[in-house]
Amino acid sequence: MKGSEIFVDALRREGVDTLFGYPGGVLIPIYDTLYDVKDINIVLTRHEQGAAHAADGYARATGRVGVCMGTSGPGATNLVTGIATAYLDSIPMVAISGQVTSKLIGTDAFQEADMVGITRPITKHNFLVKTIEELPEIMKMAFHIARSGRPGPVLVDIPKDVTTAIMDNYEYPETVNMRSYKPKYEGHAGQIKKAVDLLATAKRPLIYAGGGVILSGAEKELLEFAEKMGAPVTTTLMCLGGFPGTHKQFIGMPGMHGSKAANFSFQNADCIISLGARFDDRVTGDTSCFAPKAKIIHVDIDPASISKIIAVDIPVVGDVKTVLLEMNKMIAPLELTKWWGEITEWIGDGMFTYRHSDTVIKPQFVIEKFYEVTEGKAIFATDVGQHQMWAAQYYKMDHPKQWLTSGGLGTMGFGIPAAMGAAFALKAPVWNISGDGGVQMNIQELATIRINDVPVKTIILNNEYLGMVRQWQDLFYKKRYSSVCLTAQVECDGCTCERTDGGCDKRGDEREYTYVPDFVKLSESYSIPAKRITKPSEVEAALKWAHELDGPCVLEFMTDPEENVYPMVPAGAALDEMIFWEDEK
Amino acid sequence: MSKHTISILVENNSGALSRIAGLFAARGYNIMSLSVSETDDETMSRMTIVSGGDDTIMEQINKQLNRLVDVIKVLDFAPGESVERELMLITLGATNANRHEIIGLVDIYKGTVVAVSSGEITLEVSGRADEINDFINLVRPYGIKEVARSGPIALSKARK
Ligand SMILES: Cc1cc2nc3c(=O)[nH]c(=O)nc-3n(C[C@H](O)[C@H](O)[C@H](O)COP(=O)(O)OP(=O)(O)OC[C@H]3O[C@@H](n4cnc5c(N)ncnc54)[C@H](O)[C@@H]3O)c2cc1C
Ligand SMILES: Cc1ncc(C[n+]2csc(CCOP(=O)(O)OP(=O)(O)O)c2C)c(N)n1
Repeated sequence: MKGSEIFVDALRREGVDTLFGYPGGVLIPIYDTLYDVKDINIVLTRHEQGAAHAADGYARATGRVGVCMGTSGPGATNLVTGIATAYLDSIPMVAISGQVTSKLIGTDAFQEADMVGITRPITKHNFLVKTIEELPEIMKMAFHIARSGRPGPVLVDIPKDVTTAIMDNYEYPETVNMRSYKPKYEGHAGQIKKAVDLLATAKRPLIYAGGGVILSGAEKELLEFAEKMGAPVTTTLMCLGGFPGTHKQFIGMPGMHGSKAANFSFQNADCIISLGARFDDRVTGDTSCFAPKAKIIHVDIDPASISKIIAVDIPVVGDVKTVLLEMNKMIAPLELTKWWGEITEWIGDGMFTYRHSDTVIKPQFVIEKFYEVTEGKAIFATDVGQHQMWAAQYYKMDHPKQWLTSGGLGTMGFGIPAAMGAAFALKAPVWNISGDGGVQMNIQELATIRINDVPVKTIILNNEYLGMVRQWQDLFYKKRYSSVCLTAQVECDGCTCERTDGGCDKRGDEREYTYVPDFVKLSESYSIPAKRITKPSEVEAALKWAHELDGPCVLEFMTDPEENVYPMVPAGAALDEMIFWEDEK
Repeated sequence: MSKHTISILVENNSGALSRIAGLFAARGYNIMSLSVSETDDETMSRMTIVSGGDDTIMEQINKQLNRLVDVIKVLDFAPGESVERELMLITLGATNANRHEIIGLVDIYKGTVVAVSSGEITLEVSGRADEINDFINLVRPYGIKEVARSGPIALSKARK
């Protein structure tokens, strides 16, 4: 059998039904074999980064391994941002890079890049296939490593000659046995017992759930655990939907843009149980003041996550689902009336609030309406920035895998291709929420979306700024808006300033449209219907239109340019040193 | 900060060394010495790394090493748990007058003379790192031309 055929056979045996890729010289033999393949959907994206994020979105939406491919050199390096994005969020992915012919490796050959070297720190593992004999086993190991234990991306670099070589007696291995890689799923019974005993004494417990819950598929077990105990639950950005956002025990996301209830609960809890969360700096704030009164239990499949940032009292190494199944047999209800009394006070009038307006579209309002129109059931991706935080705050996710966002790397340009990958997988509408900055980073995938007729519905919250950066400049850099205005000039003092030097600004009350590009025309040039919405009163109707439409579309909402995301814990501050919109001058 | 000797059994493939060196570099851990070689089983190599850091850092180094797919086993030796040896080759300036004196010192350290020429003498000495340091200090007055040290290798102490 030929190398390229072995490769395709391996994909089949690993259950791959969609391959996102982009061809090039060294991949021609593989693409030639793919020409006759009918049972795998071969998606030609418009950029390799799009392919990588699409594979990632596919994986996030399904829990299965996403697969992407790029040619040697530039094609492969274009995958890098997508691989790093998957790595930081522990997403199962197999990335294939074509490589120059073996005997040319190391000679600075045409389109040669050392992909194994480049991706070493951003993959869970990677392989260079040296001979065709190694190919079957490497493919088997790659998928196994990507999906087991703490998932992550695995890169397989395949030289061209391996894809054209012939192997007699090809057999795909049935099982993998790697002496050096044996993830552990069962938690230590003694540690579990200790954790349960500690929880039983808690007066102010907090359940802190992270992306591990979704990766492990532990949402039911988490729900049972929380309901049995009656404790409040906060979920990280990566775990939104891992516990129902409408549940009465849900107290919001923690961290930099988290709720007061969640952050104050951290600071006042006497016992915290972390389930598949990694104490990220966006969550802990200043670690020296983090959770000063709490004993901490940490359940995580990766021992390296435990006590990396915050020293914990009871580590439990294992799969959250497996561990929770054990804990749920022993856990008992706690008397928490007093604790809930405090938390209810922190929640106040609502976890997240903002200053409403009848004249200008508030981005939060768009998300609220989006939530209503889609009845909380939308599956959606985001880009990175303010819109991402508002979506996290105002869309109450009730289901895991409903929310596809780049948390760890924070990759702008993730939204469109990730939503596309998810839509290919689910064969159902998937939404995407982007800022006007990030949406331009992979907008070329609108072509892939159109040509394949995948129902990706993009919402652009156009504040005409790189909003999240502008917000920091607003709050911490004396409003010196350096390189964040996307209308014309490089420096700006804000839309509300009176500028007389002619640098800005066409955005008076009239808000004459000067923005480049014209997203509506741009979408239409891809034959994707689009609407621009400028008035709050039109928001709902536009969302309904998009919701009811079959197929892709784009909605551009012209939002309040200088709206900030609140609450906010300034970088380096303690979690309870929060600023609220009411503090704004 | 304390010094630790870490012994790592890894798959014997070309990538393993760079993964481990890369991990130390990327995470800002310090490598004081590193030695690598095949074991009796040609599919496995043993690396001995001397590193340092406080307990939290050492714990992370251990965990991060264990996370690498090529790593089979990591042993972080506490002082006294291991036997450690280092090999040194050293060339000194030597004259007819002091050559015998030098050879006398080598005998005390159970070393051997590897090569002699009219103006130089090359010695081989092995032992614990501190013994090697002592030896270097002792022969410094003769004039050190060149030194090559293997860095320590270690095994856990045979159980009594
Ligand atoms: C602009 C911006 C702002 C942000 N602000 C916030 C914020 O305010 N609040 C916030 O929460 N985040 C925020 N983030 C996201 C943040 O950067 C991190 O990505 C996020 O907090 C990490 O989530 P996590 O702790 O759930 O870990 P993840 O990255 O989801 O890691 C999962 C953990 O679970 C473990 N795990 C995996 N599988 C299993 C299993 N089967 N069993 C057990 N454990 C498992 C892994 O080992 C790992 O430790 C922001 C990101 C951006 C881009
Ligand atoms: C690829 C990439 N480049 C730069 C950044 C830094 N960054 C984070 S948020 C942000 C602004 C995003 O602006 P926009 O997409 O318009 O979204 P908004 O914040 O306005 O909602 C920038 C530049 C990033 N996260 N990713």
